[in-house]
Parts: sequence; structure tokens; C-alpha cells
Amino acid sequence: MTTLQPIQTLAQPKERSLWRDAMRSFFKNRLATAGLVVVSILIFTAIFANFLAPWRYDHSVLSETLKFPNPKHWLGTDQVGRDELSRIIYGARTSLVVGFSVQLIAFLIGLPLGALAGLRGGWADFIVTRLLEVMTAFPGFLFAIFLMSILGTGIFNVILAIGVTSWIGVCRLTRGQFLALREREFITAANSYGASDWRIILRHILPNALPPLIIMFALGVPGAIFAEAGLSFLGVGINDPIPSWGKMVGQSMGYLNVFWHLGLFPTGVLALAMLSFNFVGDGLRDALDPTMFNI
Amino acid sequence: MVRYITLRLLWLLFAFLIISIITFLLMHAVPGGPFDEEKQPLPPAAKQNILHKYGLDKPIWEQYLRYMWSVVHLDFGIPFQSPTETVAGLIARVWPVTLQVAVFTILISYSLGLGLGVLAALKQNSWVDYLVTTLATLGFAVPSFVIAIWLILFFSVNLHWFPTGGWGKPVHFIMPVMAYSLGPMALVARYTRVNMLESLRADYVRTARAKGMSERVIIFRHVLKNAFIPLITILGPEIPNIATGSIFIEATFRIPGLGRYFITSVFVRDYPMIMATILLVAFLWGVTYILTDILYTVVDPRVHLTSSRNG
Repeated sequence: MTTLQPIQTLAQPKERSLWRDAMRSFFKNRLATAGLVVVSILIFTAIFANFLAPWRYDHSVLSETLKFPNPKHWLGTDQVGRDELSRIIYGARTSLVVGFSVQLIAFLIGLPLGALAGLRGGWADFIVTRLLEVMTAFPGFLFAIFLMSILGTGIFNVILAIGVTSWIGVCRLTRGQFLALREREFITAANSYGASDWRIILRHILPNALPPLIIMFALGVPGAIFAEAGLSFLGVGINDPIPSWGKMVGQSMGYLNVFWHLGLFPTGVLALAMLSFNFVGDGLRDALDPTMFNI
Repeated sequence: MVRYITLRLLWLLFAFLIISIITFLLMHAVPGGPFDEEKQPLPPAAKQNILHKYGLDKPIWEQYLRYMWSVVHLDFGIPFQSPTETVAGLIARVWPVTLQVAVFTILISYSLGLGLGVLAALKQNSWVDYLVTTLATLGFAVPSFVIAIWLILFFSVNLHWFPTGGWGKPVHFIMPVMAYSLGPMALVARYTRVNMLESLRADYVRTARAKGMSERVIIFRHVLKNAFIPLITILGPEIPNIATGSIFIEATFRIPGLGRYFITSVFVRDYPMIMATILLVAFLWGVTYILTDILYTVVDPRVHLTSSRNG
């Protein structure tokens, strides 16, 4: 006697959600996938720098200053005899710590302020909007340089100086999102059955505002990495002996005529990191927000 | 319209005041002044004299008010790094250097950016498009000082074509302008391409095609015109950015322009110069944003300026 088998494939259609679809379209994008691979390698390098680097970043051998790439020092040594490869590996740590910390500051300030303005409206909105207007007029990078001269060099001060103006974009975006979502039917519905304010914010508004905020975060990280590299390049960023790619580029300038390796390798890795982070950000934008035209 | 512009100008003035107050307070919050010297300290009486000369012995609010009063009269004080001239004089001397580079940069980056953007859109998904998109991503993502170092390594160190830096001869323009142009060019090309693509798919283009107009007329009369209007919001605000100079480019190629002097000012704590540069840049930004908005309404009559802006 045969029993009838339930047809499972028909009974359970493949689950689809925004996130699943986004993931699929993200990995279809070859540049974005390649970017994600490089970013993952960078994160791995940053975390395990002390195991990966052949030397310590501040290990300097004065008899081996300014050596070209050789079997002992794959990428050569710098003007005080430090291994260039090791400094680039540790430099990944500096870049990523700054990149993510600045975004953390940006979201810690920008998100609550923007949400407050978007949800409450009225006076709160008026004040936040004016604040945004004033902050937009701030020449951000000049101001960061100026702040660094006051605070002094160091990784914490770099994060602070870049972070101070970094939240403007997050705040404006959050305000716009919350303002638009507040008027939607499902919020009215949630209000009508007596959902608390916090429940509405956390369960209904925030998840819907999340995709553009994720894109903002992803594209903000390379922005902060760029700012750190720029400050360090100019000599007002990370302090010695902590390595930073931007600082390595800046310090290579007097040696470029002969010691090309000092300029080429840090610029190369900096460019690669910037491109990869941007590819990931662009990929996320294409995947998460189909209404945004690819710019 | 008039009401809107007045309001915007008032807010600009307000923002300007806030920026000046914050910058002023921060400068004076730091321990250590420009005349603190550890190796060869001045006799107390002489130091008192100097502080008095520059007004640094007054309470801070009085210093601020005195400063702003002279700023209104376009007197930005005397730069500590070069006490024989005024800040206004120093800026008038070094800004033209920056402006010379800026003019070439704007001309090259805008024309190339527009051209490449249009080309990429017309030949979408061809190798031209991919080339332009790649170039645009490179210029957008890679810092200008990285490009500058690559140019030095290639053209100066490898080929010996151009000097690694310096100022005074026409040859000194080439690499700075190249390195500086890539970023704005990328920005312009990206936006031009997208606007063109959007415009090419618009209903009025389909209508024009249906009427049997020639492709050339469609592109020039309908597509380009509509694609270029939104670009004003990109092209406009970039101008003061470029015109006040790139600190990176000037530092890399040893160009004695505004950006380079800003950096030296920061290193030697030249308060008047720092303050003047920040105020100048903020002012130019603010004015350009307002001008851009006004220009937009002139070019695109569909857009109206209102004093209430939401979203």
C-alpha cells in the first residue's frame, strides 16, 4: 500500500525578504563582492596585526635604514630602519579603528538628534535644523586640522576632531527618514492600537529607516579613513611611533627621488582600502535601495 | 523670493557668528600662546608689552568684540608668522597663487567631467562607459595626495619629465592641476552620466523620437539641456572648494598658496591667519550655496524658493 507524500516544495515557497534579496543582488555585483573580500582581509589584518607582522611597528634597526625591498624586508625599510611591511600591517589597525570609531560617534550623535527632530517636530525640529545649518557652514576639514593643532596629535584626538563634524549627514538623513515615515499608515495604525512611543520607534520606524542608514555608515567609514590619512599626511594626525598609512606617505616625501618604495606601498594600500570600502558602500546602496539611482 | 534670500543671508550671518565664536574660544582655550618661548624666554616686561600690543592681555570677550569690529572693517590683524604685513595683505599675496591653479583645475575638470559623463551615458554599457565609470570611481575614492605621489613617482622620478614640485614656471602647473582635477572631474562625470541617463529615458525624449526628430536635435535640444540643470547644485559649491585650494596638493608640490599657509599657521599657532582663513572659506561656501539656489530657480522655472524647507 502506498501513502501519498505531501509535496513539500509546493507547500513551502522560498522565503524572500528585503535582506535576502539585498544579499543576493549584492553578491551578484562583482566589484562589491571583491571590495567585501578586501575589506574582510583588512579587518582580519587589523585584528591579528601582531601575529601577521614580521616585526613590531616600532622596531627600528639603524644599520638597516632606507633599504629597498629584499628577502628580509619584503617591502624595504624606512628612514629610521623600520620594516615597511610591518608598519603597513599595523597601519590597517589605525585606519580601521579611526574609520569605525568616527562612524560610531556620528551615529551616537546624529541618530538621536535626527530622530528627535523628525518625530517631535516643532521647536525640537527648528533647533536641530538651525544647528545643522550652522554645522554645514563649518569648513569641516580645515576645522579638523585646526582642532588637531589645539588637541595635539594622537589617535583619540584624531577620532574626536573628525567625529565633531561627522554626524551632520547622519542627523539630516535620520530626520528626513523619520519625518517621512511618521506620516505613513502603519504608524497611524500602531498609534491607534495604543503602541508606546518607544515601540513605534524601535519596531516600526527604525527598521524602515535602516537601509539608508546602513548605506550612510558603509560610505562614512572610507570618508573617515580618508580624513585620518589626510591629517596624518599633513603631520597633524597620528603620533609617532604608531603607524598610519597617511603619515607614511607624508614622511616619504623627502625620499621619493630615490626610495620610491616608501611612497608606492603606503599609497597603494591606502588607495586599495579606499576603493574597496567605496565598492562595498556602492554595492550596498544598489542592493538595499533600488529607488536610489546609481551615481 | 526677496524674503527668502534675506532670511538665508541672515542665517548665514548667524552661522558665521557661531563659527567665529567657537573658533575664537577654542584658540584661546589652549594653554600656551604664540609668544611662549621655552629656550629664550622674553623678559616679563617685554612679554607684557608684546601681549599688550596684540591686545592679548584683555579679557576674552573684549578681544573677540575688538576682533569682530575690525573684521567688519576688513582688518584681520597681523599674522604672527610674518609681522611686517597684515593678514589681509598676506591672503591677497598668496591667494592668487592658489587661484591660478584653481582656474586651470576648474576648466579642465569641469569640461572633461561633462564631456566624459555625456559620452558614457550615450554609449551606456560600452567600454567607454566602463572606462569613464572606473576613472570616476578612482578619482572619487582615492585621495588627491595619493594621486600626487603617483604622478611624482611616474613623471618626475621615473621619466624625469617634470620637477617634483616648486613654483614659478609654467611647468610647475602640470602635475598639481592633474592631481587636483581628478577628484572634481570624477564628481562631475558621475553626476553628468546619471542625469543624462535619466534624461534619455524621460517621456519628453520618447515624444520627440515619436515625432520623428533627428537624434542630434533630441540630444542637443532636449537631453543635454535637462541633464545639465541639476548639475548646477554640484558644479556651484565645488567652485569655492577648489578656489580656496587643496592643502594636500599645495603641501605635496610645495606651492606657496593659501592652503600651505594655513598649515604653517596651524603649526606656529598663528591665530589671526587661522581665523581669517576659516572665516573666508566659510563665507565663500555660504554665499555660493545661496547663489547656487538662486541660479537654479532662474534656470529651472519649475523650482520655487520658499522659506519653509522640509525634508
